[in-house]
Amino acid sequence: MPDLLLDVQGLETQFKTPDGVVYAVNGVSFGLNEGETLGIVGESGCGKTVTMLSVLRLIPSPPGKITAGKAFFFGQDLLQMSNEEIRHVRGAQISMVFQDPMTSLNPVLTIGLQLTESLILHLGMDKKQALVRAAELLETVGIPKAKDRLSDYPHQFSGGMRQRVMIAMALSCSPQILIADEPTTALDVTIQAQIIELVKRLRDELGMAIIWITHDLGVVAGLAQRVIVMYGGYIIEEAPVNELYSNLQHPYTIGLMGSLPRLDEEGHHRLISIDGQPPVLYEKPNQCPFVPRCKYAIERCWKENPALEMVGQNHRAACWVDTKTGSAR
Amino acid sequence: MAEDNVILRVDNLVKHFPITRGIIVQKQIGAVHAVDGISFEVKRGETLGLVGESGCGKSTTGRTVLQLYRPTSGSVVFDGVDLVKIKGEELRHMRRKMQMIFQDPYASLNPRMTVGEIVGESLVVHKIAKKNEIEERVANLLELVGLNPAFSSRYPHEFSGGQRQRIGVARALALQPALIVCDEPISALDVSIQAQVVNLLEDLQKQFNLTYLFIAHDLSMVRHISKHVAVMYLGVLVEMTDRDELYSQPLHPYTQALLSAIPIPDPVADSKRQRTILEGDVPSPVNPPSGCRFRTRCPIAEAQCAESRPEFRELRPAHFVACHLAK
Repeated sequence: MPDLLLDVQGLETQFKTPDGVVYAVNGVSFGLNEGETLGIVGESGCGKTVTMLSVLRLIPSPPGKITAGKAFFFGQDLLQMSNEEIRHVRGAQISMVFQDPMTSLNPVLTIGLQLTESLILHLGMDKKQALVRAAELLETVGIPKAKDRLSDYPHQFSGGMRQRVMIAMALSCSPQILIADEPTTALDVTIQAQIIELVKRLRDELGMAIIWITHDLGVVAGLAQRVIVMYGGYIIEEAPVNELYSNLQHPYTIGLMGSLPRLDEEGHHRLISIDGQPPVLYEKPNQCPFVPRCKYAIERCWKENPALEMVGQNHRAACWVDTKTGSAR
Repeated sequence: MAEDNVILRVDNLVKHFPITRGIIVQKQIGAVHAVDGISFEVKRGETLGLVGESGCGKSTTGRTVLQLYRPTSGSVVFDGVDLVKIKGEELRHMRRKMQMIFQDPYASLNPRMTVGEIVGESLVVHKIAKKNEIEERVANLLELVGLNPAFSSRYPHEFSGGQRQRIGVARALALQPALIVCDEPISALDVSIQAQVVNLLEDLQKQFNLTYLFIAHDLSMVRHISKHVAVMYLGVLVEMTDRDELYSQPLHPYTQALLSAIPIPDPVADSKRQRTILEGDVPSPVNPPSGCRFRTRCPIAEAQCAESRPEFRELRPAHFVACHLAK
């Protein structure tokens, strides 16, 4: 295996709540290659956002706690760094774009001030240089009259424009990794298409690696090279994008695809729904976390939690059943 | 086009919201042109999908049809009665036959009422069932939407999003309506739960011969559930036709762009597609563009598009489109 840019091993994160400890992330391991786009897919509460927040140590603690795991970035474990050290990584080498462009910008500061903050902090620019660079960045993300707009406040921008500003901010220090947490979920489809096109262009120009967190299997299909599917705090399937969509292995991924109506479908099919609802794990399960909703379940699924294992070329899945034949692996 | 089985006919519906200035003496200084002259009809037992981006007026249309907003002008003929002309007890009587399912299952259920009270409220209000019957009716309704009847004494916060939306469906069904306006009923739900609710809506439609006005921004879901689809942009309808025709032969440039913007969950098919990426944002409905509303973002706009508003014409049989240039 070539050297990984980011290598996460056995990550576990828990939250203390009044109802008990919630096991949000349970032993998640994955790697990210240089310049690669990795999609992380799952429904709300599956741990996809918490995983990435844990890697950047942005989990509020308490109540959250990273209880195990390593996250190597250029040979250094992000989880062992001092607060001072990780501050130099965050925003500079690994940066993040958040879901809601309406609430993740500070409404009482101008766009210019918010954009120059990291330039001054991480790159040691003075204010003048930083403002020039900020205007360049806004232009890169396709905001017209960039220079004049630096003194505008977030409410003067539309949703799509705000997300462009967020992306400009994330790119300001030329990061190696851009983590995008559902950046288009709050946007309309035509605006979503604009943002995805923009990210693709920037990726080709700047060559950074991207981790794209989403619940939308459609967005990931056109963007990512490799996809991880999460459920109940576990990675349950992982494969290169073409392999995944042509050869679904895990019952949950199969169900998820079946529940999507498709624009290119012929005739009218009833949607395949997954009964029940996603779990909140108050204890680590000693069964497969998906088994209460699974159509393929066999006896073993209720007794042991399957590990993520190779099921094909670069294709890993965590399931006791071979869903192609319906019998035990 | 008058046919007997048309249950809802909306004609030239307009809804403007006034913008006022001043606290004591209010002066109108403008208007939000939320819905600006739209016409469509829905046949009994069918589903009309109404799609568009946020702020295009699709929810306002739904609410104006139900007379939750009174229209500025136009008519809404439902079951042979023009709802715009009636009021008071007469309108209240008509309301029994038309119900709504709301978008946000967290905000549309009163947190201080039990599920039984929520679902049974309309039965009490319209004095349809006696007190002792209500409990049984509620239990039946809950069962119908796939909830345990024993839940009727619980409060909304004890339920998940998908279950709450089922409660909303049960409430809408309580009066045995003919028409249900579904205002983005699934967009707040997770993918696997969305399919459950859509399947439920389809089953209920078959069982009770319900008519749906299904409002959504998700074109693939609308395609799945609707028989006819109307596309809305900035207060006007730009295209309306049979679902298969719309998706295979979209005539309006906005519909074409909208369709091409939807990601397909298949990397091979997705990479083969021709993409039209629209530039810019939807203009403000306070001051909509002259002529064709879409011309500011339209890839093929010409001079005439700014001058006159394109007529909503039947370009092909049962295929309406509002564009000067569509052929």
